Amino acid sequence: MRREGSPLTGVGAVLAKETADYLSGARMWLTEALVFLTAIGAAYAAILSIRATIGESPFLFLRLFTMAQDPLPSFISLLGFLIPLVAIAIGFDAINGEFNRRTMSRVLAQPIYRDALLLGKFLAGLLSLAIGLISLWLLVIGLGLLLLGLPPSGEETVRMAGFFVASLAYGGVWLAVAILFSIIFRAPATAALAALGVWLLFALFWSMIAPFVAAAIAGPPDTLFGPNLHYLQISQIFDRISPNTLYADAALALLHPATRALGPVLYSQIQGAVLGTPLPALQSFLLIWPQLAGLVASMIVIFAVAYILFQRQEIRA
Amino acid sequence: MAMAGEPAIRAEGLTKRYGPVLAVDGVNLDIAPGEIVGILGPNGSGKTTTILMLLGLTEPSAGRAVVAGFDPLRQPLEVKRRVGYLPDSVGFYDGLSARDNLAYTGRLAGLSRREIDERFDRAMVRVGLADVGRNRVATFSRGMRQRLGLAEVLMKNPQIAILDEPTATLDPHSTSEFLDMIRGLKADGTTVLLSSHHLDQVQSVCDRVALFSRGRIALSGAVTALAQQVLGGGYVIDVEARGAGIVERLRRLDGVVRVQTLGADLYRVDATRDLRAEIARELASSAALVGLRFAAPSLNEVYTRYFQEVNDAA
Repeated sequence: MRREGSPLTGVGAVLAKETADYLSGARMWLTEALVFLTAIGAAYAAILSIRATIGESPFLFLRLFTMAQDPLPSFISLLGFLIPLVAIAIGFDAINGEFNRRTMSRVLAQPIYRDALLLGKFLAGLLSLAIGLISLWLLVIGLGLLLLGLPPSGEETVRMAGFFVASLAYGGVWLAVAILFSIIFRAPATAALAALGVWLLFALFWSMIAPFVAAAIAGPPDTLFGPNLHYLQISQIFDRISPNTLYADAALALLHPATRALGPVLYSQIQGAVLGTPLPALQSFLLIWPQLAGLVASMIVIFAVAYILFQRQEIRA
Repeated sequence: MAMAGEPAIRAEGLTKRYGPVLAVDGVNLDIAPGEIVGILGPNGSGKTTTILMLLGLTEPSAGRAVVAGFDPLRQPLEVKRRVGYLPDSVGFYDGLSARDNLAYTGRLAGLSRREIDERFDRAMVRVGLADVGRNRVATFSRGMRQRLGLAEVLMKNPQIAILDEPTATLDPHSTSEFLDMIRGLKADGTTVLLSSHHLDQVQSVCDRVALFSRGRIALSGAVTALAQQVLGGGYVIDVEARGAGIVERLRRLDGVVRVQTLGADLYRVDATRDLRAEIARELASSAALVGLRFAAPSLNEVYTRYFQEVNDAA
């Protein structure tokens, strides 16, 4: 049976209200403060070590993001760790919060479809993430300009923009996960814990499990004749189920222009290559295209599952 | 707009099944424009589920509904544009002001900024919250929240207002104020459907009532007609008299259906017509008649009696 009227009626109103809520809420301030402090710290430490070794790379600006200076990890690995946290903080009570406040039936009694509420909330979460990330980017770039006295080149800007898109897609995956759990669990605390559990699984344990799984499927990592290629491939496939791996790959290729491949490489494949020379930006984008597509696709798939579950949910509390 | 003569709300065989449980079982309902109709029943008798189906928020398992001339299943947006809904135990965004809360739902309802401003002020005056429109809802009492919910319905300027348990959590004073506001809706020409288990309150505002029991409409009609049907008489007279054998003497009177002893020297007579004169004449001769009071047929009584009979029969 067909419904009449656009499912998008009201998305704008939901988007505006939810974005305002996120951006002014205490929760957002706390997580943003955490991200800003650690990320700026990492970038600052990177700047100090870049100054000591200046002139080693043509992509000085990008090293702001990738260089790690003990005891701080690099800017990108911090982001890989913290973006999911921010996304979960935004999304974990998106739907169950409306039920618990008993605002759900009041909102859905207005002439909108449920689609508009869910989509509006998701887009508002993405927009808030984007606003946070952009301000972080600008801060780091500003810091770089001040302390290095060097503007980023055109190619560096393109690569940083690409990294921003990848970060947003990565955040979108975790936002979709958080919203999914906010639909499944009525208690926001349970939803938050479930989302954090998944986050911990991928952030810490996934790379520990990968070798075992690969060994179970493909045999030991080393054979008499050298590394076991089958093992490496399986291990990599398993690793790439994790959005964290996809994001780390994408960040590496975009911000380290010298990166030519993201997996095991055979000698025959690098014949004639001038090792250590940077790739043009377009080639780096081609290299991480599967990663980027994978992130966006998993975001859409998880959101679709959330959408279906929400459509089937009973409105009465 | 609903055509003249067309009912504001019509339900035909509306049914909702949750797994093996039949929550609503073939409900038929016809509500004319401008009527106030109460749906009454114990908790879990299917009132809220029926309302949600009328709004298109829950899909019926069988049957169909027409609300304001539209099918809530296929044209939910058209229905919800014309219907104002006050859910039971209504909630708001505590961190936002009353105005921001209502402006949000106003925008969702497609009102322009100017319309929201105008209608908000007017609605808040009508529900008696004009002074606190800019305050955060967190500071509101239950009664104020309920009024704010009604203000939201008023802002929508609805053809039909559906109020689910509007007085369930209110104290007696707020309840009577709230009922006055509901009468105000009728004066605007709005059709009102309200659900409740506070029977006596509902009785005073409703043109008609429908009693829900286990997902079905057990009885429906005007309150006096129901009293006639269930109590056997439409008139209830409280008699206070001293003396012996009063019950028997009252029973002998023509038109008396039932006589109950309420307390010492206090009797209640159910009658098919106004028997006050006859009772006075009958008792004046021997017993000492102390008081004679006409008690309106109470919905509460209809209700208790009806469910008593249903349970006895079961």
